[in-house]
Amino acid sequence: MFPLRVTDVKINIKSKRLIGPINLEIEQNGISILIGANGSGKTTLLEALHGLRKLSAGKIEWTISRNLAAAEQAFVFQSPIMLRRTVAENLAFPLKVRRLSKSNVTAEVKIWAKKIGLEEKIKHQAVILSGGEMQAIAVARALITKPKMLFLDEPTASLDGANKKAIEDILISASSNGTKILMSTHDLGQAKRLAKDIIFLHNGIVEAHCSKEEFLSEPPSKAAKQFLAGDIVL
Amino acid sequence: MNEILQGLIQAFWLVLSFDSELITISFRSLYVTLTALTISTLIAFPLAAFLVVTRFQFRQAIIAILNALMGLPPVVVGLIVYILFSRSGPLGVLGLLYTTSAMIIAQAIIITPLITSIAHQSMQELWAEYRNLLTSINVSKIQRVGTLMWDSKKTLITACLAGFGRGIGEVGAIMIVGGNIDNATRVLTTAISLETSKGDFALALALGFVLISLAMSVSFATHWFGKNEHGGLR
Repeated sequence: MFPLRVTDVKINIKSKRLIGPINLEIEQNGISILIGANGSGKTTLLEALHGLRKLSAGKIEWTISRNLAAAEQAFVFQSPIMLRRTVAENLAFPLKVRRLSKSNVTAEVKIWAKKIGLEEKIKHQAVILSGGEMQAIAVARALITKPKMLFLDEPTASLDGANKKAIEDILISASSNGTKILMSTHDLGQAKRLAKDIIFLHNGIVEAHCSKEEFLSEPPSKAAKQFLAGDIVL
Repeated sequence: MNEILQGLIQAFWLVLSFDSELITISFRSLYVTLTALTISTLIAFPLAAFLVVTRFQFRQAIIAILNALMGLPPVVVGLIVYILFSRSGPLGVLGLLYTTSAMIIAQAIIITPLITSIAHQSMQELWAEYRNLLTSINVSKIQRVGTLMWDSKKTLITACLAGFGRGIGEVGAIMIVGGNIDNATRVLTTAISLETSKGDFALALALGFVLISLAMSVSFATHWFGKNEHGGLR
């Protein structure tokens, strides 16, 4: 089973190729990690899968209808985007958009504020919090609607160890509760800690998609070997 | 210098003695400008947000026209409204010429482009920040408009202040369409104009000080409201 299938997807800007052609099948469960060097096309691919970018060619198919798929997914950006509102209002926002009752919204906000350790700061303006706290809010805001699929674009890239661990714990918990996670990172350690399977992107092309164990023991391409060895991948 | 001092003393005296004519003229000024401001904001804010979140063929042209209309000469607006509402004009049947309604319409025409442009500029910046998040959360177009308006309320208040400042100090258009009729359409600016032409500089100055005080009071009240609204956070 796979929630989505990518067939011959290409994204160009004018005549310049950004990614593709990409063929990919994402499995239903677990955490899939998208790795690759800077500029390999990780963000572009994630944004395309989430519908934030127009495809130049190819198609992305979901096992559920397009509209339902759009409602059942969420995205966490590398730099957290905070609404100019309080922590509680940021968390409540996706629920209010879905017109949930006030009592349900309040209850969910309390649960998630506690999960991310911000129950004391619930009435603070979100934009004045630390980078780690803002990213935790962004992850919680994405998960508060219990999406079937969560995309994350290097969510811990600028965080220290403790904040990184906090986010990873939330993701592990969400994954075990049935949310499929597709996350990009160039942190190999993080990929080792979280991944069920690894997608290796190089120069806009999927060079490898296999289990974590397979990828780490037998890197399937020269670029993957260089990446694992910590060499500069060109 | 002596005339300015005399004007100040007379202004204080007029205010302290609750001069009935001054109070009537001041309230009429406020009524005309605040009504025009309300009409303008009801048009300008949704229009500005709509121009931010939608893409259509003549969008840029509309934005350019709105920006150009910010410098609309009030006297020309007054003239056009006069022709429209004059007995032989297309809207003459409404009998609005030389009434506060015509003054409100003229002021609304003058300040709407100004408020729309300022609101558009501020919401455009916010949209650049929010676009990916709102698209990701599947926020409908109407909800996007609402979110942008709500989260840029501080700048929108500033836009209102700019509109109020332009409206309350306007003389050319309302003189033409209102006629500066005693006990009917005379407002602070037209009264100042009249007293100056009569050579009563002290009274004109006194009215001028009252006008400045009114404009500043509204500005301070708005500032105080904005401060409380954000719990003292700036």
